[in-house]
Amino acid sequence: MEHTAQHTDVPALKNTETAIATEQLNVYYGDFLALRGVNMAIPERKVTALIGPSGCGKSTLIRCFNRLNDLIDSFHLDGRVTYYGQDLYQDVDAVQVRRRIGMVFQQPNPFPKSIYDNIAFGARATGLKTDLDALVERSLKRSALWEEVKDKLKTNGLSLSGGQQQRLCIARAISTQPDVVLMDEPCSSLDPISTLKIESLIRELAEEYTIIIVTHNMQQAARMADYTAFFNAEATEDGKRSGYLVEFAPTQKIFDQPAQEATRNYVNGQFG
Amino acid sequence: MASSTSSPKGKPIEARSQRSQWSDRSFTWLTRILAFGVAAVLVFIGVQVAIDAMPAIRRYGLEFLVTSSWNPVDDAYGALPMIYGTLVSSLIALVLAVPIGVGTALFLSEDFLPRPVRTVLSFMVEMLAAIPSVVYGIWGIFVLIPFLDPIGGWLHQNLGWIPLFGTTYRGPGMLPAALVLTVMILPIITAIARDSLISLPPALRQAALGMGATRWTAIFRVLIPAAFSGIVGGTMLALGRAMGETMAVTMLIGNSNDLNVSILAPANTVASLLANQFAEAGDLQIAALMYAGLVLFGLTLVVNILAEMIVQRVNVYK
Amino acid sequence: MTATDYRSRADRARRAIAEQTSGPSYFDLFWTGVAGFFTLLALIPLVLVLVYVVIRGFSRLNWAAFTQLPPPPLAPDQGGFANALIGTLIMVGIGALVSVPFGVLAAIYLSEFSQGQVPRWIRFATNVLSGVPSILMGVFIYGLFVITTGTYSAVAGGFALGVLMLPIIVRTTDESLQIVPKQVRWAAIGMGASKFQTVLRVVLPAALPAIATGLTLAVARAAGETAPLLFTALFSQYWLDSLFQPTASLSVLVYNFATVPYEGQQRLAWAAALILVGIVLLTSILARWATRKQIY
Ligand SMILES: Nc1ncnc2c1ncn2[C@@H]1O[C@H](COP(=O)(O)OP(=O)(O)OP(=O)(O)O)[C@@H](O)[C@H]1O
Ligand SMILES: [Mg+2]
Repeated sequence: MEHTAQHTDVPALKNTETAIATEQLNVYYGDFLALRGVNMAIPERKVTALIGPSGCGKSTLIRCFNRLNDLIDSFHLDGRVTYYGQDLYQDVDAVQVRRRIGMVFQQPNPFPKSIYDNIAFGARATGLKTDLDALVERSLKRSALWEEVKDKLKTNGLSLSGGQQQRLCIARAISTQPDVVLMDEPCSSLDPISTLKIESLIRELAEEYTIIIVTHNMQQAARMADYTAFFNAEATEDGKRSGYLVEFAPTQKIFDQPAQEATRNYVNGQFG
Repeated sequence: MASSTSSPKGKPIEARSQRSQWSDRSFTWLTRILAFGVAAVLVFIGVQVAIDAMPAIRRYGLEFLVTSSWNPVDDAYGALPMIYGTLVSSLIALVLAVPIGVGTALFLSEDFLPRPVRTVLSFMVEMLAAIPSVVYGIWGIFVLIPFLDPIGGWLHQNLGWIPLFGTTYRGPGMLPAALVLTVMILPIITAIARDSLISLPPALRQAALGMGATRWTAIFRVLIPAAFSGIVGGTMLALGRAMGETMAVTMLIGNSNDLNVSILAPANTVASLLANQFAEAGDLQIAALMYAGLVLFGLTLVVNILAEMIVQRVNVYK
Repeated sequence: MTATDYRSRADRARRAIAEQTSGPSYFDLFWTGVAGFFTLLALIPLVLVLVYVVIRGFSRLNWAAFTQLPPPPLAPDQGGFANALIGTLIMVGIGALVSVPFGVLAAIYLSEFSQGQVPRWIRFATNVLSGVPSILMGVFIYGLFVITTGTYSAVAGGFALGVLMLPIIVRTTDESLQIVPKQVRWAAIGMGASKFQTVLRVVLPAALPAIATGLTLAVARAAGETAPLLFTALFSQYWLDSLFQPTASLSVLVYNFATVPYEGQQRLAWAAALILVGIVLLTSILARWATRKQIY
């Protein structure tokens, strides 16, 4: 595994706690090895970006963090994924995992319910005894949507614009007070203005939450991420492409002086 | 590696509440049992009817299928005329409904008419399937049978030498029953043929038209062959429906238990035999009726399974 | 069929078409005319049935029709189908009560919880079940229920209608659930909702308008069914005072009264037929209109 970065190579990580870590993680869909030998330690309360060419397994990895891959029949893994040292795949209930580790998806996916009910859903589902009105207001304010929707909380979430819907989804994700928020290309279906709004929102949220974000947009990673992990995919012996971690370091380092040639090429847009 | 206690966040993830786990598990099991229950109902119907038919199966054996007497007084039962009537009425209906249905499907899937008109017409054809069978029956008795009077008379007079028209038209019989069946299965054929025509890749038609084929050459040489299995599947479904159709047929077919080749004569089908005799039947007669019902079950089962297999294969490639 | 298959077909067609000179336009005109004529032929029965049912039925629809018991054979234009209307409503109600929870939950399994070949087989069986002739549903319930209880009854009729509705309900619910985008399920699951909560609080409500439409159609179809009731509920000239006695229904009334030589009863049969057609057509049209306003 000469390409695989060890998190011990990254000095900055020593000063901060690790929220999620993987150890020798291999992910399979049936016989197909989608990701191999991933070792990384993701620091808490920072924004960590995952970048890399299409099909290198970014979504696969991020969905391992909240066990969303469990929904795919053919999925299995070996190695470890830990959350503050606790193995997420050993004697842990997937539903409980997802209450700690929230997720925002590529396509905004509000429930076909009112804005209010969208936010209140998590609290209701988890049986949280709390003032729902206050929770809704707090979550919407936190995701910078409150001013736009405070007068129409009863309207259907699907009636909002795409950017608003995505902020609603972020509000929904943080309403249950998770520790970690995973975001899989949250801005890829949005216009530039909405994208900027969400980027600054993510920066703010990092004060409180550990954020792991997949992005295709190099500038976006450079603008918002504290740390960046670059993944690549390479044909293995049997001719299939499996993804692996090339380099994981502070964003500045990834962009200015990457350790790997492949990283340099990719961030300079000379990939492939 | 961080220790799990030093962080305010990252407390160990606890087990889920018993209640939540229990509701997940029991709900999944409940739905699973009921889903298998649906399939079980199908088997159950066959088994139940077979059990009730047992006395008749033991007594008459396979001869039941090829004898043509139905005589409760002597306990002599054979279902040949009804099986014959079931098959013939369905076949006549198919022969008439397939060209009309496919023609309609073509007319409504091509752009001969503006789209809104086509939508309305398609909806109207679908509505044919929504009209209750018994309503077709009453309409047939009071409108269709009298209307067919001169036609039946003419057929017998001029073509009476053909066995098919060998008897005089006396109203209820194979002809009106088969005609109403035609109307009733038409929407099935039309709907499925239309679906398979619409789902053909547009490139197919463009390729044909691009080579200078006229519209109908393209339809005959390219579109119909490509949609063929869908059309066959729809036809099979319609056949299954026609064989099991009860009320309209009972009210129009004349319920005669004698085998007659003439379509102007009264006849009977298995389904209408059941409808007519069941409520007033004695023990052995019930068993004989159940036996006939089992035959009908078997026939429609085979046809429907074939139809499903064809339709499913078509859908896979959509 | 694969793309190559289509391509080779197109090739064959190209050759076939090249052989014949581009057809004269009357060839096209002729076949367009034939197809149009067939369409007309398909629509004529609908119009004729509707016209006759409305004309014959409407003149007999008076207050008495809805409030009185069926008339004796020789009484012209008296009485009504009140008991049959009630019987139909009750039996359809019983059928729905049995088959809706059964079918909806089964469909939830198919669309939400199952994997591999199992759902394929169950869907297959469901479709085959919906092709079983409705008279056999009656035979089935007769053997299962009428013989055991020793009487024709509204409950038996309701069960027979329930069996009839079951596959339709499974299929429409299954289809409605599958229209709900995966992303919506992920959203709920990703928030730590359990399977139970995901299905009951998110997926089912999202699919509800479509499911309701399907259920309404199934129930309306059942209301028009006759064959399953013939020897499960039978018929009755009297008011219903127990669920375990022979029970009248509109559809059996149409059958019985259309096949007797008494004009008064025949006219009532037409009126009842109009009610049946009205129920089924109205729900179909409403359902069509409702599907336009669905979420997904
Ligand atoms: N459900 C699945 N079943 C089988 N293979 C899958 C599945 N999901 C993803 N894969 C495969 O795993 C590999 C990684 O996919 P993944 O979606 O994680 O890539 P990605 O880096 O997120 O790509 P993109 O940037 O396009 O989103 C791909 O080769 C993909 O084909
Ligand atoms: Mg992805």
